[in-house]
Amino acid sequence: MQKELNVVGARLPMLDAAQKAKGNAQFTDDLILAGMLHGKILRSPLPHAKILNIDTSKAERLPGVKGVVTGKDIPDRQYGIVPMAKDEYALAKNKVRYIGDEVAAVCAIDPEIAEEAVALIKVDYEELPAVFDPLEAKKEGAPQIHEGVKYNTSFAIKKEFGDVAKAFAECDAIFEDKFYSQAVNHAPLEPHAALAQFDPLNGQLTIWSSTQIPFFLRRNLSNTLQIPERKVRVIKPKVGGGFGQKIDLFAKDFCAAWFAMHLGKPVKFVYEREEVFISTRQRHPMYITVKTGMKKDGTILAQKFQAHADGGAYNSTAPTMIALSCFFLMIPYRVPNLFYEGYHVYTNKPVGGAMRGHGIPQARFAVERQLDMISQRLGLDPAEVRIKNSIHAGEPHPAKFIINTCGFADSVKTAADAIGWKDKRGKLPPGRGVGLAGASFPSGVSNMSHISSGAVVQVGRDGAINVLSGAADIGQGAETVISQIVAEELGVPLEDIRITAADTGITPLDPGTFGSGVTVRAGNAARLAAIAVKQKLYNFLADKLEASADDLVAKDRKIFVKGSPEKGLTFAEALKAYQYADLPMPIVGRGSWMAPATEPTTLFKENGNFAPSYSFMTQAAEVEVDLLTGRVKLLRMVTAHDCGRPINPMLVEGQLEGSVLGGMGQALYENVIVEKGQVMNPSFLDYGFPTFQEMPEIEAIEVETDDPIGPFGAKEAGEGTQLSPAPAIVNAIYDAIGIDFMELPVTPEKILDALAKKHKKEGCK
Amino acid sequence: MKRAVELKINGDTYELLVSTHATLLEVLREKLGLMGTKRGCDLGACGACTVLIDGEAYLSCLMLAVDAIGKEILTIEGLSEGGDLHPIQSAFVEKGGLQCGFCTPGMILTAKAILDQEHNPTEEVIKKKMAGNLCRCTGYKKIVEAIMSVTE
Repeated sequence: MQKELNVVGARLPMLDAAQKAKGNAQFTDDLILAGMLHGKILRSPLPHAKILNIDTSKAERLPGVKGVVTGKDIPDRQYGIVPMAKDEYALAKNKVRYIGDEVAAVCAIDPEIAEEAVALIKVDYEELPAVFDPLEAKKEGAPQIHEGVKYNTSFAIKKEFGDVAKAFAECDAIFEDKFYSQAVNHAPLEPHAALAQFDPLNGQLTIWSSTQIPFFLRRNLSNTLQIPERKVRVIKPKVGGGFGQKIDLFAKDFCAAWFAMHLGKPVKFVYEREEVFISTRQRHPMYITVKTGMKKDGTILAQKFQAHADGGAYNSTAPTMIALSCFFLMIPYRVPNLFYEGYHVYTNKPVGGAMRGHGIPQARFAVERQLDMISQRLGLDPAEVRIKNSIHAGEPHPAKFIINTCGFADSVKTAADAIGWKDKRGKLPPGRGVGLAGASFPSGVSNMSHISSGAVVQVGRDGAINVLSGAADIGQGAETVISQIVAEELGVPLEDIRITAADTGITPLDPGTFGSGVTVRAGNAARLAAIAVKQKLYNFLADKLEASADDLVAKDRKIFVKGSPEKGLTFAEALKAYQYADLPMPIVGRGSWMAPATEPTTLFKENGNFAPSYSFMTQAAEVEVDLLTGRVKLLRMVTAHDCGRPINPMLVEGQLEGSVLGGMGQALYENVIVEKGQVMNPSFLDYGFPTFQEMPEIEAIEVETDDPIGPFGAKEAGEGTQLSPAPAIVNAIYDAIGIDFMELPVTPEKILDALAKKHKKEGCK
Repeated sequence: MKRAVELKINGDTYELLVSTHATLLEVLREKLGLMGTKRGCDLGACGACTVLIDGEAYLSCLMLAVDAIGKEILTIEGLSEGGDLHPIQSAFVEKGGLQCGFCTPGMILTAKAILDQEHNPTEEVIKKKMAGNLCRCTGYKKIVEAIMSVTE
C-alpha cells in the first residue's frame, strides 16, 4: 500500500542551497581565526628512497617561519581508515614510497613564506629501486616497498562457491578475457583543507576539516597525536565534494593539529590542486581476468575472476576495496559457481582509495563487457542475457546475501526501452551504436563493527525541531534528506527543522559518508529519534484527546485523532501543553540504528548478509564514433536505478546525473598518467574530466521498490550509478564500430589504431 | 613590491595596499574576506573563482589585482542582498542546479554574464559558454535547466 507522505518523496531544494548560491556557505578554507598561521608540506621528489638526513636549519631561520616538523619528531603511530591496514605515517619516517610522499611540514605567518621555507629544507636521500606495476611488484625479487610485506601483496582474498571446475565442464561455451581499468582521480572541486586550534588550558584540540569521516578522523588524530579521543573535536564545515577521496586522515589534518598544539595558534593547511591529484587518493588501476561459462541459452553456470589492484604506496581502504570487487560479482546476476581471487599490491605510485563504487566499477567493466562479448559470440541479445541471469528478491544467495527487494530485471527492461534497444541495437548506421550494462550496490554495510549511527531530536515550546546527527553531508544533501525524514515523521514542513551535523563534540556517533549508507543508517536513526519524540507527545495527549495513543497522527503541524482532524491540537499547542503540565520534562528523542545482523562478521571469513539492502541499476548508452578522428560522442545515457523509494527525487536525480558524467569520464577521457612514478597530468587542464560540452542527454529513471529496511523504503542512490556507465559506453562503441575494447579509457588514439588494424585485416581477406 | 590601490567591488570602493603580483582572487579572499569566490585550482582551469569585471566573466586567479583598478568588480556577495536571491540564484536553488556548492558562485556569475549579453541563448550556446566552469557533482544537467529557466 502506498503510504501517504508529505515531505518525504517531495522535490525540495537542499536546506543550504540558497546559502551556497549566495556564496555564504563556509568551506574549510573560508574559515579565518585570529592569529592564524599557514602550513605547507615538503613532498618526496623520488619514488622510493631512504631518508638519510633532513636539514631544516635554513627553513627555520627564514623570517616569518614559526615551526618545522619532520617524521622523526612525531609519534611512531601509523594511521589508516581500515584498522587492520594502517601503514602510513603523517610524515615519512626513514623512507619515502612515492613521488609526493610527505617528508616535512612548515608553519609560517603566511602561505608564501611557508612555501619558500619548504624549498629551503635539504633532504639527503638514498634512492632505492622502484616498481610501478602491480604484476611486476608481485614477482620474486621485486623491490620491497613495505617491510614484511611479501611480494608487495598487502591483502589477498580468495574463495570458491559451488564447484567451479565441475560447472565449467558442463558449459556449452567458455570464454576468458583480460581487462584493464585505469587510475581515476575523484577531482572534487574543493581542495582538501584543515584548520586546527588548540586550547592549552584544557588540552582541547578542535579541527575543521574537509572530511567525509569526522569520527574516524577523530580516532586517527587521537592515535597519531597520542592524545585522548575526548580531547579531539572534529567539525566538518561544508565540504566541496568528496566521492571517496576525503575518506582518510591526511598530512594536512595531522600537521595542522601538530602545529596548533605546539605553537598555541590556529593553523591552516590547504592543498594545491596538484597535491589533490598526486597525494590524496585515486581509483585503483586494476588488471582483471574473467573466465565465464554459459549454457547455449545464455545462462551463466560458472565464473572465475582474478583481480590485481595497483594500490600505490599505501593501503588506505585496501582490504575493503579488493573484497568489494569480489563480493559484488555475486550480484546482480545469479552465478551458481564462482571462484574469485583479488590482490592488493603496493607500487611506488600515488595511493588508491575509495572512489564512488569502491573497487566494483573495475570489476563491472570487465564482467559487463565480457557478457556482451559472449552474447555476441553466442548470437544472443545482451539485454535478454542480463534479464535471464538476474537475481530476484527472496531467492537464496550463495554468500547468504538477503535480497529483500530487487528491481534489476526491471531496470534492464526500462533502460533498454528508453534507449530504443529493439530498434537500434545492431541496426544503426556505421559509427552509431547502443550498449547497456548493469550493476548492484550496497546501501551501507551490515556486517562490520563501528558501522552504526545515532541521532537526537529535540523540540522546543514553539514547535522548533532541532536534530543532531553525526552524518557528514559532503554536498549530496544528507542533512536535507535526514531533515525530511524527521519532518515527515513529526508531520511538519521541512522549514521547521534545524539540523546540526557532523561535529564530534556535539553530535552522536556516525561512521561518515561512505558505502552509500547514510540515508539508510543515519536516516533510520533520525527516524527512530523522531518517533521517540512523537511517542512521548502521543502518550501525553492521548488522555486529553480521549483517544488511544496508537490512534493519533501528526500531519500539517497538527496532532489529531486518526480520521477526525477536528479532534486535535497544533504541534505548537501540544508542546506548550506538555511543557505546562504538572511534571514538565524537555522532550528529547534518541535513536540509534545499525543494520540487522546477528553478529559482526566479514565475508573474508564466512558468509553473511553484506548490506541491509541492495540497489540495482542499468545504464544504457548511445554513442557516435567519428571514424576519421576516433572521437566518441556520448549522445544519450539512460540510467534506470532501483533506489527503493526516493526521499527526495530531485536530489536522487542529481546524484544519478553526476554519477553518469563521472562514469563517462572513466570510459572516455580520464586517466592519471604516471611515468616512472611521476604523475604527468596533475591539473584540471591536463586531466580533463567532462565539461558542459561533453554532457550527453541524460534520462534518469527511478525504478521504485519499497524496501522494508530503509527509512520510508529508501535505498542507495548515486554511487552505484557509477558502476556501469563505462561498460555501457564501451559496449555501445562495439555496436558502433564492431571493435571490442578491453582497456580504459577508450581514447581517440586507441579507436583510430583499432580501426586501422581492422581495415588492414579486412583488406587482407 | 606593494602598491596602494583603490578597487571598486560590489559598488564599494576599497583602499588597499597590495603586492603587484597578488591575484585578484588572493586580494578578494585574503584581504577582504570575500570568501564566496572560490579557489579550485589557481590555474584558470575550473572557473570557481569567476567574478564579473565591467560585466564580463573573468577568472580572478589569473588576473592581477592591480589590473582591476578602475573597473567595476562584482563578486557573488554583490549579486543579491540579505534574504533576497537574484533570479539566477533562485533558479539554481529551485532546479537543483547545485550540490556541494563549491563551483556554484562561479557558475552563477558566468551565467549572469551570458544572460546579460544574450537574453535567450539556446542550450547549445549555454553549454559552450559555460564550458570553462567545472562541476564534478551535478553532471551539469540541472545547471543548464536552471539557466534555461531564467531565459523563459
